[in-house]
Amino acid sequence: MASQVISPEAVHHHDVHGHDAHGHHHESFLSKYVFSMDHKMIAKQFLITGIIMGVIGMILSILFRIQLAWPDKEFPLLEVILGKWGEGGRLNPAFYLSLVTIHGTIMVFFVLTAGLSGTFSNLLIPYQVGARDMASPFMNMLSYWFFFSASVVMICSFFVETGPAGPGWTIYPPLSALPKAMPGSGTGMTMWLISMAMFIASSLLGGINYISTILNMRTKGMSMTRMPLTIWGFLLTAILGLLSFPVLFAAVILLIFDRSFGTSFYLSDIYIGGEALPNSGGSPILFQHLFWFLGHPEVYIIIMPALGITSEVISTNSRKPIFGYRAMIGSFLGISFLSFIVWGHHMFVTGMNPFLGSVFMFTTLIIAVPSAVKTFNYLATLWRGNIQFTPAMMFAIGLVSFFITGGVTGLWLGNPSIDINLHDTYFVVAHFHIVMGCSAIFGMLAGVYHWYPKMFGRMMDNKLGYLHFYLTFISAYLVFFPMHFMGLDGVPRRYYTFTEFEMFTKWIALNKFITLAAILGAVAQVLFLYNFFVNIFKGKRAPQNPWHSNTLEWTTPVEHFHGNWPGEIPAVYRWPYDYSKPGAEEDFIPQTVPLSETVSSNTPHDFGFHGDESQFVHEYYQPKNVSAAVEQNAPQAN
Amino acid sequence: MQDIVMNTEETKLNIRPIKFVMWLFIVASIMLFAAFTSSYIVRRAEGNWVEFELPSLFMLSTVLIIASSATMHWAYLSGKKLNFASQKMALWLTIVLGIAFLICQLLSWKQLVAERVYFVGNPSGSFLYVISGLHGAHIIAGIAVLLAPLIGVYRNIAQVKNMLRLELASIFWHFLDILWIYLYVFLLLNH
Repeated sequence: MASQVISPEAVHHHDVHGHDAHGHHHESFLSKYVFSMDHKMIAKQFLITGIIMGVIGMILSILFRIQLAWPDKEFPLLEVILGKWGEGGRLNPAFYLSLVTIHGTIMVFFVLTAGLSGTFSNLLIPYQVGARDMASPFMNMLSYWFFFSASVVMICSFFVETGPAGPGWTIYPPLSALPKAMPGSGTGMTMWLISMAMFIASSLLGGINYISTILNMRTKGMSMTRMPLTIWGFLLTAILGLLSFPVLFAAVILLIFDRSFGTSFYLSDIYIGGEALPNSGGSPILFQHLFWFLGHPEVYIIIMPALGITSEVISTNSRKPIFGYRAMIGSFLGISFLSFIVWGHHMFVTGMNPFLGSVFMFTTLIIAVPSAVKTFNYLATLWRGNIQFTPAMMFAIGLVSFFITGGVTGLWLGNPSIDINLHDTYFVVAHFHIVMGCSAIFGMLAGVYHWYPKMFGRMMDNKLGYLHFYLTFISAYLVFFPMHFMGLDGVPRRYYTFTEFEMFTKWIALNKFITLAAILGAVAQVLFLYNFFVNIFKGKRAPQNPWHSNTLEWTTPVEHFHGNWPGEIPAVYRWPYDYSKPGAEEDFIPQTVPLSETVSSNTPHDFGFHGDESQFVHEYYQPKNVSAAVEQNAPQAN
Repeated sequence: MQDIVMNTEETKLNIRPIKFVMWLFIVASIMLFAAFTSSYIVRRAEGNWVEFELPSLFMLSTVLIIASSATMHWAYLSGKKLNFASQKMALWLTIVLGIAFLICQLLSWKQLVAERVYFVGNPSGSFLYVISGLHGAHIIAGIAVLLAPLIGVYRNIAQVKNMLRLELASIFWHFLDILWIYLYVFLLLNH
């Protein structure tokens, strides 16, 4: 095996670890586990950091859910845990705002952007396109460490005197621009900005690498239309990030100048405590434009990797080719393009010209078309498939469910006339938690269950996986579905005790119900954490190709080493979705199997011939007797 | 034996992706400045916008940076012809011109202050400082990128390797030149 080592440092380092059973790893602990430049290790680092951040974000949400459900009750335990933020057993109002802000920031950026894209782009891009590593492994390592530092700074903001940032995850000025505006606008806000600046650097370093690797380092035969849809998802996600994160960076730079140097980009005519500030000539709306120019593509940055993963998982576990492969690519492209011209729908109530509003409505509602194409293609792939209900498959189907439920309410909110009523209510909270939060996290979990054997060489426990799925699925719907009705009644989001208003007192019972459902959902995640972390060490050894999948990553050895394939990188001869191909011996044909070995199942289409089948002649093509083929397929079609 | 074969396979493959990475970085930069210039337009359209003369020294800095692009190209051509002496010379000239450009930008800020256009004040002035300042920050990064092939020449590393550094520096430097011309024309048209 030693001759298969590719990484040059492996030759020089003789710092062998006793417990390291794999003979071909001669890396030091630091270069293998900490400052690793191997895409597989970096993927695991992203995943585990993402999971830890996810757990923190979830705990924050449980804290503010407790406040919403029992606004009058004292919980002495809160004071024990939170100190002055839970004085007298009641959550501090300023801290409530900080909790909401940091929950949003962590979930949107740290879990569903870095945790999702970072994990699966790093793991799957070199594997599935057939490359030894990323274009620049060094930049890749830098990307993780920027992300890690950003996470640390974000968490550290809990330990400053004025608490973490509190102006909401969208950090609209003036709250975010005036350090004296409220406790959450002070040092915590500065740390938020520092953390996000590092996060943007991490995203750009990662994204640039993903794009360059996909476009330049595909193995022989891996044309763009033979790439698995996961890779298409990651590619377009990275492109969106590359085009939109610099704009957020610009917004953040101007905000930092306003906060710390006294400029007036976003500030004008403001009084604090009866005293006028010198700022004049700024426009807070400008910030919203810049923010949402990132913010809207950002929601697709979150959902597209999840959609890519789902395409792969659903096709593999339905034992059927993905329905409408090119339409799937087309809809990815459509969503990516449209995502840049819809940001105004977040700003319908900022005094926007109604004509401009209807333009944004038009572009927004058009996104329903590519999204529906995806949904119908998932359903058509499932249709009469030989469905294997693995935990990954359950979560992928869960994504489709949430994507439909949340997508439909998007049509409501995309209409300015309806949005004026629903803006900043719980309807919006319900909408984006279902379509972006739940869908994306289900996609991410589908990916974790599906590629866990590839990541850790061991299997997760299926029974715990099913339990985790059902509890999460049910509790997610119980938490977010009722919020639609609160929103229709006009309940505003981000309020500390909205049930004190007479017109909303009736919602207190529902608030309790939602909080209990949220706690159930949180407990379900403990099952996942147990299943995930224990099986890294104790899980059953994974076979080479546990899901009988076609893609290239399953041709690599179970044991990891830098360089992925021991010999030459395999060439690719077909698309990745040859499942249950009529005439084939098995119900899957990996991408590495040449057409010459599958004469019985080849179709003229495989040779790029799209005309009359009877006219086609090729040495590897066996014309089929049509009735015989139907007979052969009869049991399967049942 | 296999090790060596694979290593050459990797170096062969790696040049294209690395150059591509530079182009993608430039795309990110373009988006950054697109954000600034479009917010400039949006903000300006809202009124309450103090008009003032652009510093006349911007003209000189434009000339300096165009000249530095020319010397950069000279360095690239000499590198290609393996003429190390003139490659060294041209890189030094480019760096000196880059530093002269930065000094010129600082002096034009001084001109602005003399005109009573301050960083803190009406956004029309603040935008000018931010845009030219961030371009300046890019120039500093550009000089760092230029140092890589220069050090390469002094250390006598293989020219095949140094050519990659030189090409990357040249792509980035010409981009900074074009970026400044865009920003200058933009500011001339919108003030």
